[in-house]
Amino acid sequence: MNERAQILLELADDELVIGWRDSEWTGIAPTLEEDVAFSSIAQNEIGHARAAYELAARELGTTPDELAFDRRPAEYRCAPLVELRLLDWAHAIARRYLYEQLDRARIEEMKRSDDAELASLAAKIDREEAYHRIHAELWANRLRDDPRFSQALDDLRPYAEATERVARTQEFAELWDEMTSVRRSMPGAQW
Amino acid sequence: MNDEAEFLEYVQAGGLVETGDWMPDEYRARLVKFIEMHGNSELMGVLPEREWILRAPTLQRKLALTAKVQDEVGHAQLIFGVVEDLGKPRAQCLADLVTGKAKFHNVFHYPTHTWGDVGVIAWLVDAAAIVSQKALLKCSYAPYARIMKKICWEESFHILHGRDVVLALVTGTDAQHELVQEALDRWWGPLMQFHGHPIPAGEDPMVVWRIKSQGNEEARQQFLDGYVPQVWELGLTLPDPELRRRDDGVWEYTEPDWDELRAVVTGGGPCTQDRLDLRRRFLEQEAWVREAVLA
Amino acid sequence: MIFEVFRQEKKGQPFAHAGSIEAPDGAFADAWAREQYGRRGESEALWLVPRVAVREVHDFPDEFDLKYRRVDGYSLKVRLKEARERAGTNPSRAR
Repeated sequence: MNERAQILLELADDELVIGWRDSEWTGIAPTLEEDVAFSSIAQNEIGHARAAYELAARELGTTPDELAFDRRPAEYRCAPLVELRLLDWAHAIARRYLYEQLDRARIEEMKRSDDAELASLAAKIDREEAYHRIHAELWANRLRDDPRFSQALDDLRPYAEATERVARTQEFAELWDEMTSVRRSMPGAQW
Repeated sequence: MNDEAEFLEYVQAGGLVETGDWMPDEYRARLVKFIEMHGNSELMGVLPEREWILRAPTLQRKLALTAKVQDEVGHAQLIFGVVEDLGKPRAQCLADLVTGKAKFHNVFHYPTHTWGDVGVIAWLVDAAAIVSQKALLKCSYAPYARIMKKICWEESFHILHGRDVVLALVTGTDAQHELVQEALDRWWGPLMQFHGHPIPAGEDPMVVWRIKSQGNEEARQQFLDGYVPQVWELGLTLPDPELRRRDDGVWEYTEPDWDELRAVVTGGGPCTQDRLDLRRRFLEQEAWVREAVLA
Repeated sequence: MIFEVFRQEKKGQPFAHAGSIEAPDGAFADAWAREQYGRRGESEALWLVPRVAVREVHDFPDEFDLKYRRVDGYSLKVRLKEARERAGTNPSRAR
């Protein structure tokens, strides 16, 4: 696989998986207003994944849905931070906060790419991520004195710093299992 | 105005009521109970659907379903805002919901089993709801009527999404067609119960106070008239041999199981306790967050 | 804090009250209102105002029927007919 496809898949897989994780909060977030806002973030992320899969799919001769759903778990290239199942708010927000920092660096680099398509994709993503960053900052600021939040940041920092991108965890296997369950029940079907 | 008879005459003549206006205690109490049940239903309706966000078989379906469920939460936000302005705080509503004191609509007490349910719910359950919601646009209590405008507008996308999911299935493999049919067979009973026991308009306090502008049977007839032909034209069947449209336009059907409806809405549905437990668990778990942002 | 949300649907249109949001401060209110009232691109702009800042004015007495300030306070028909007759420009005469 060439470097371009690799970059796109890493971005797409990160956004797909964190979008999937973030959408786990739809309907059960701490307040109704936050539930709506958090769900928009999840949808943006899936949208970014889809756009990146579209470019990668053209390179690899397949379709975005096939890339998103039909690979084996070990073929995904997402960052360790996004795979974690975090169903308490302190950790969910801490992950968003750390992810936005990582993603910003990646997107800034992509924006400077000589590849016009990649640069354009990065610019579009960045315009939406600006609001994700504001959201993460709002919460980080609000919870900065809460030990639950600082503990969560400490718990997650090692994952944010880890660089290996092969999804081997049990958690990811369970995510993949649920994510692909309907699709695998009728391979090749249109939905 | 501070006379109940005068107020009744006023709303029956089409008069509108705002938050700060005087209103009879009975009107306020019925209003709060009705609107609160609506808010609870939006919140509980999220739970059967959100599982399928995680299992959606394409990126498009995942996005559409997330957006639909997001809308339901947004509706709950609007609705509980109206209830709060009538005097019952949101936190109290949520507490009454999870302790089983307050009710929510029958359809949200049932399980989902397959992707077929996803289509049937988004199409037909939302359709049944929108029939009632359109009638609420004429509610005498203006703040509620006003939010119904946004709610109805957003529900129209849900029905299209549901219909699209169903159409994809009925034009797919035999197994996919069967997914819809099987789901339809399970959901038809609750759908027929959804609009409630027929009550003559003059005896329905909700209609008398002009909170509802449409009786239960009128709503059911509208739903059947709009959607049964659409179901049949897709080659799907409905599990009621008595279901038919008379020459005078009235739909005949097997009497719905009103005992089932009563048992379900009073907390005895197949999923009632599990779903309330889930709500309660997250409410309690995240109480500290609300203190951090709402104190 | 409760914030009242006013929504402008398209440029040039007035801001109309759309609902209210409970938020700890203006920054949260902005973020939450943006999604509740604009996630579909259905709003051009929003104004958020703390509910406590909104002043209500009711009760507009008009005991002495000061109709001269309204369009329905004028009936010109009779005098107009007389003026036209005088000027010979009455439409029915001109025929």
